[in-house]
Amino acid sequence: MHTRTLAQLVQDLRARRVSATELTKHFLARIERFDPALNAFVTVTAEQALAQAADADRKLAAGDAPPLAGVPIAHKDIFCTAGVKTSCGSRMLDNFVSPYDATVVAKLGAAGCVMLGKTNMDEFAMGSSSETSYYGPVKNPWDHALVPGGSSGGSAAAVAARLVCAGTGTDTGGSIRQPAALSGITGLKPTYGRVSRYGMIAFASSLDHGGVLAQTAEDCALVLEAMAGFDPRDSTSLDEPVPPYGRLLDEPWDGVTIGVPESFFDDGLEAGTAAAVRAALKDLEKAGAKLKTVELPNMHMSVPVYYVVAPAEASSNLSRYDGIRFGYRSPSADGEDLLTMYMRTRGEGFGAEVKRRILTGTYVLSAGYFDAYYLQAQKVRKLISDDFARAFRDCDIVAGPTAPSPAFRIGDKTDDPVQMYLNDIYTIGADLAGLPAISVPCGFVRGLPVGLHLVSPPLTEAKLLTTAHRYQRATDWHTRVPAAAEYAQ
Amino acid sequence: MCRLARLEVTAGEIADVQTKLSSIVAMVDQLQAIDTHGVTPMAHPLDRPQRLRGDEVTDQDAHELYQRNAPRVESDLYLVPKVIE
Repeated sequence: MHTRTLAQLVQDLRARRVSATELTKHFLARIERFDPALNAFVTVTAEQALAQAADADRKLAAGDAPPLAGVPIAHKDIFCTAGVKTSCGSRMLDNFVSPYDATVVAKLGAAGCVMLGKTNMDEFAMGSSSETSYYGPVKNPWDHALVPGGSSGGSAAAVAARLVCAGTGTDTGGSIRQPAALSGITGLKPTYGRVSRYGMIAFASSLDHGGVLAQTAEDCALVLEAMAGFDPRDSTSLDEPVPPYGRLLDEPWDGVTIGVPESFFDDGLEAGTAAAVRAALKDLEKAGAKLKTVELPNMHMSVPVYYVVAPAEASSNLSRYDGIRFGYRSPSADGEDLLTMYMRTRGEGFGAEVKRRILTGTYVLSAGYFDAYYLQAQKVRKLISDDFARAFRDCDIVAGPTAPSPAFRIGDKTDDPVQMYLNDIYTIGADLAGLPAISVPCGFVRGLPVGLHLVSPPLTEAKLLTTAHRYQRATDWHTRVPAAAEYAQ
Repeated sequence: MCRLARLEVTAGEIADVQTKLSSIVAMVDQLQAIDTHGVTPMAHPLDRPQRLRGDEVTDQDAHELYQRNAPRVESDLYLVPKVIE
């Protein structure tokens, strides 16, 4: 059951070959069996899941079920879920039970999805390895000594180990696509504003994107269709109709031109990864795409731009965590003054990476440094965005590797933040420019998954998904299941 | 900076924080080499004005629900330590 794709299970549920309750029980049992070794979940919501499944079964029997009725999913613990702990991977919110549902949670619930739990993540979405969580690191199902990528590593590991059909994620610098690549699954970040940020705990407001991780592009299309849409409660939500992404997958695409920036294939890119991505591009060519070389001359500045803009925005967004209205309050602050209470609450409630980013952000926004750092970064952001716009005059999709190497060992990069940041080198550009992007499995290096990265112009998710879908029709990398712990059984 | 950010960094943490922050600043300093004369700063990806709505009351009082998460509440008020002037 668990090796079936989400699209296949939607059909199985509608045809009543399997009930939502059976499916939910099956996946909950797998979570119980496999999650202790993976640490992909912060909270498992078994009781609510079974109640949601029973409701789905009633609707399926009555013939008036919504599109994703009975499909078992998980939500990254960055999405507020009413009545359920929402921790954002942080001690700061360890005691926080959300009073409301994020729009993403409400929409997927209305579509009939069954929520099995909340997945583990880098604290406040700051990371590329899912190691900074207050609840401990997430393990990669392909090799438990390795990271699954981050910050949506819990959702990635859960999908890769077939513990859920799909997991929601967020992507600010690559946090959906990079863990998808390192975990051997498909991860989609749509256009900025396509998915509502209401109830999605804010990290960097101009860079945060809600999206989905699943086995296939087709699965991502079905979930995106249910997640996307205008939300009056999100002031940056796009008021654009949502196309029927699922139905559009088999549209003709023979004229797709794929632009490849040759500068991506330099010494910084691991050799096996480069080879797998080049082979994938050949496969796309065989399937009917045209390849051509394009250039993104300012792309090498994307990491410095990001590590000015994102921490700056984070320092503002995380100022709300003050121990007054919700969340952690330092017990040692009793009898002290307000300033001490703030300093201790935030010093103790936040982990080291979060504190580093808040301090970096405070620095680049401070008087005397604002022009040199923040303003300069915003200008270079414009150059990077313009590079993409120029490239898209010559091609429909820009392609390359998702990550510079396969999954690395837990603990390997935690001492050198800049080394960790370089994991996002290929993914950040699409966040800065707000462009839709997807990572699909395209091969293995020494038994570890590699991802192919595709980016397209704003609001062209249909073409992006169709291209990825065609690639997955011609290849089978996305069907592989980790051998470790016999996840296929 | 810690005071500005309202973040305590302990004596034990400070050396490591300084080293790591220095390496991050060195990395972002690469931005200085880029010529951005005449380039408009890009604050976010949406090339449209901020959407506005009518000035109407749409929310209801739900303080009882929200205050369930508060560390210290009394008579619907959030309790805070004293402020030193």
